[in-house]
Amino acid sequence: MSDKSHDPNQMTGAAMIVRALIDHGVTDIFGYPGGAVLPIYDEIFQQSEVQHILVRHEQGAGHAAEGYARSTGKPGVALVTSGPGATNMVTPLTDALMDSIPLVCISGQVPTHLIGNDAFQECDTVGITRPCTKHNWLVRDVNDLAKVLHEAFYVATTGRPGPVLVDVPKDVQFATGTYHPPRKSDVHRSYAPRVKGDATQIRKAVSLLANAKRPVIYSGGGVINSGPEATKLLRELVEVTGFPITSTLMGLGAYPASGKAWLGMLGMHGTYEANMTMHDCDVMLCVGARFDDRITGRVDAFSPNSKKIHIDIDPSSINKNIRVDVPIIGDCGNILGDILQVFKAEAKKPDIKAWWQQIAQWRARNSLYYKKSNDVILPQHAIQSLFEATRGKDTYITTEVGQHQMWAAQFFGFEEPHRWMTSGGLGTMGYGLPAAVGVQVAHPDSLVIDIAGDASVQMTMQEMSTAVQYELPIKIFILNNQYMGMVRQWQQLLHGNRLSHSYSEALPDFVKLAEAYGGVGLQVHKPSDLDGAIQEMISVKRPVLFDCRVAALENCFPMIPSGKAHNEMLLPEQANDEATAKAFAGGKALV
Amino acid sequence: MNQPASAYFIEERHDPNETHTLAVLVQNEPGVLARVIGLFSGRGYNIESLTVSETEAQKHLSRITIVTTGTPMVIAQIKHQLDRMIPVYQVVDMTQTKRSIERELAMVKVRGQGEHRVEALRLADAFRARVIDATTESFVFEITGNTDKINQFIDLMRPLGLVEVSRTGVAAIGRGPEGM
Repeated sequence: MSDKSHDPNQMTGAAMIVRALIDHGVTDIFGYPGGAVLPIYDEIFQQSEVQHILVRHEQGAGHAAEGYARSTGKPGVALVTSGPGATNMVTPLTDALMDSIPLVCISGQVPTHLIGNDAFQECDTVGITRPCTKHNWLVRDVNDLAKVLHEAFYVATTGRPGPVLVDVPKDVQFATGTYHPPRKSDVHRSYAPRVKGDATQIRKAVSLLANAKRPVIYSGGGVINSGPEATKLLRELVEVTGFPITSTLMGLGAYPASGKAWLGMLGMHGTYEANMTMHDCDVMLCVGARFDDRITGRVDAFSPNSKKIHIDIDPSSINKNIRVDVPIIGDCGNILGDILQVFKAEAKKPDIKAWWQQIAQWRARNSLYYKKSNDVILPQHAIQSLFEATRGKDTYITTEVGQHQMWAAQFFGFEEPHRWMTSGGLGTMGYGLPAAVGVQVAHPDSLVIDIAGDASVQMTMQEMSTAVQYELPIKIFILNNQYMGMVRQWQQLLHGNRLSHSYSEALPDFVKLAEAYGGVGLQVHKPSDLDGAIQEMISVKRPVLFDCRVAALENCFPMIPSGKAHNEMLLPEQANDEATAKAFAGGKALV
Repeated sequence: MNQPASAYFIEERHDPNETHTLAVLVQNEPGVLARVIGLFSGRGYNIESLTVSETEAQKHLSRITIVTTGTPMVIAQIKHQLDRMIPVYQVVDMTQTKRSIERELAMVKVRGQGEHRVEALRLADAFRARVIDATTESFVFEITGNTDKINQFIDLMRPLGLVEVSRTGVAAIGRGPEGM
């Protein structure tokens, strides 16, 4: 050993982990210490290149890393201990898998000789996280550690991005071995995601696009994951073709909400014009989206008369839910570039004036209509006010899951990608607050707002303490209706108005709670006070809990009801809040 | 279509099921089989038979042969889902190639005396099954063939005193000079 002691690449496993983070350009990680990761924490203590953010619960670390990743395009990193530390990561890992977020989780494990013995804080971490990661590794030999860490970063960030986990037993952290910087041979030879699209398929796609009478572009989170070039090319394609564009929840911001071709979000709570355009189109170009069941409505009635082009980097997304005519496998930025090149060389802008006239008629239905009130704040109005107040500011929005999330998607206009962090696929209540922590760490001088619900926000409220500790001035904008609004909405619509356990009998005083954490609490009841309070929230340079008391029984429309198609939407005028309130004879009082 | 009150759209699929044999070349590393099996159970796919063994020790390659059933869309999904796993090199649908040979080995224990014993031996001969163990009141036959042939042999042994069966599951390889 002595002759190797001067070799700078000889180091402990724990040191290798920190070194690998540095080599991959990681500047911030989110974690929580524990017995099985103490050697790594000891290394973190003795350096200053990687900043560690101490969360209050490992789930918070995972979501914070997701928010960090989604707002920067870089991988998010979480560090947790064995056993409960690892099991608490299951939700964020699954969330990141569903939404294709690059996440690298390093977990401690009991020493190798104890694995399988039901040791203290032992669990089968790789077994538990196998179905909720893109790939995971248990490292039993310190000399494999560098290779595995480098591969982990590569797998997380290439192809369809996703979460990975490296489980490192404590004896491996202590053991000394040889580190090497990242190199190509670190990666499985069997892993080679396809980037370039097939030229024949691209020609077929262009020919469909060029001859379309009623086209639509339907874009998703894949465009944002692909990077800024894909966003630029998507915008250019809309410009060159003159086609209307809609997007999924995950795809908001790739095309600007103020753009003239923008139809709004599609799907279950999408706009009438977006869904009708999808239903009646003759050519659909799906870019980086996956025909999720919240998007398609009834599958056998989904856009029945269209030719469908599907660009996706994951071959398993093709024909999973909806049969498509022209699948193109590869990176959507790369393929959009090729499509544009061929289109510009060989086609000209199709004349789709009649189609746009039809779309204008659908738009005129004003499907996001709601009735404002002078007495009570409508949640839609609250989001619109927030949007107006933040216009032109450097703003990032995260959300929890439920009605407030849908209203945020409907009423907050996103002009740029990476500005909208929401749990789409998994629908994780409690995502938004810790995600905001992660976003604020990545963008310390920006305005970071979690649009929250009163129920969701309580699931990870403890991360307020993290925000206060690191002076992260996140704004938690709670649309407080005292209900699990979306649960209640479904109970009203589908379960005979039996509101089983969807009302919060005992909410905390959010103002006092904010103060207890060392943050700032604001509360507003009256519509006339709303704008002033929002201004105050924005100007405070500390974490804020904003308790926005909103109309309790407002529901989220328009909506594709269960078992219905895109052209069978329930519009607000058919399901207004008076009608909903009537269903509440003798029920809970309106706020 | 009658939809129950649900946040999900219940879809009825009417495509007929097909049986496919897939050959999957994987990196032989800890957990790789668990990944493959977990994929099938996690996504609700069927496994009719699964055979796995290291085939190229120096390259750490294992070959998994899976017989599965599903609609054409599901079969396509299974192939894509397998293919995107990190340690999977290649997935070949042996049924689709229409040029594959499939074999299974079974050991069949039959207990009986008198005419049953003679009949069992006669049938074993007709099926080219070998006797690999015998006592005065039992035989263990070794039989190789495709799944249908083995099923047929086992059915015939049942009334003759079938005790137990051990089967390897299907292994498959393509015809002709080309490799996978």
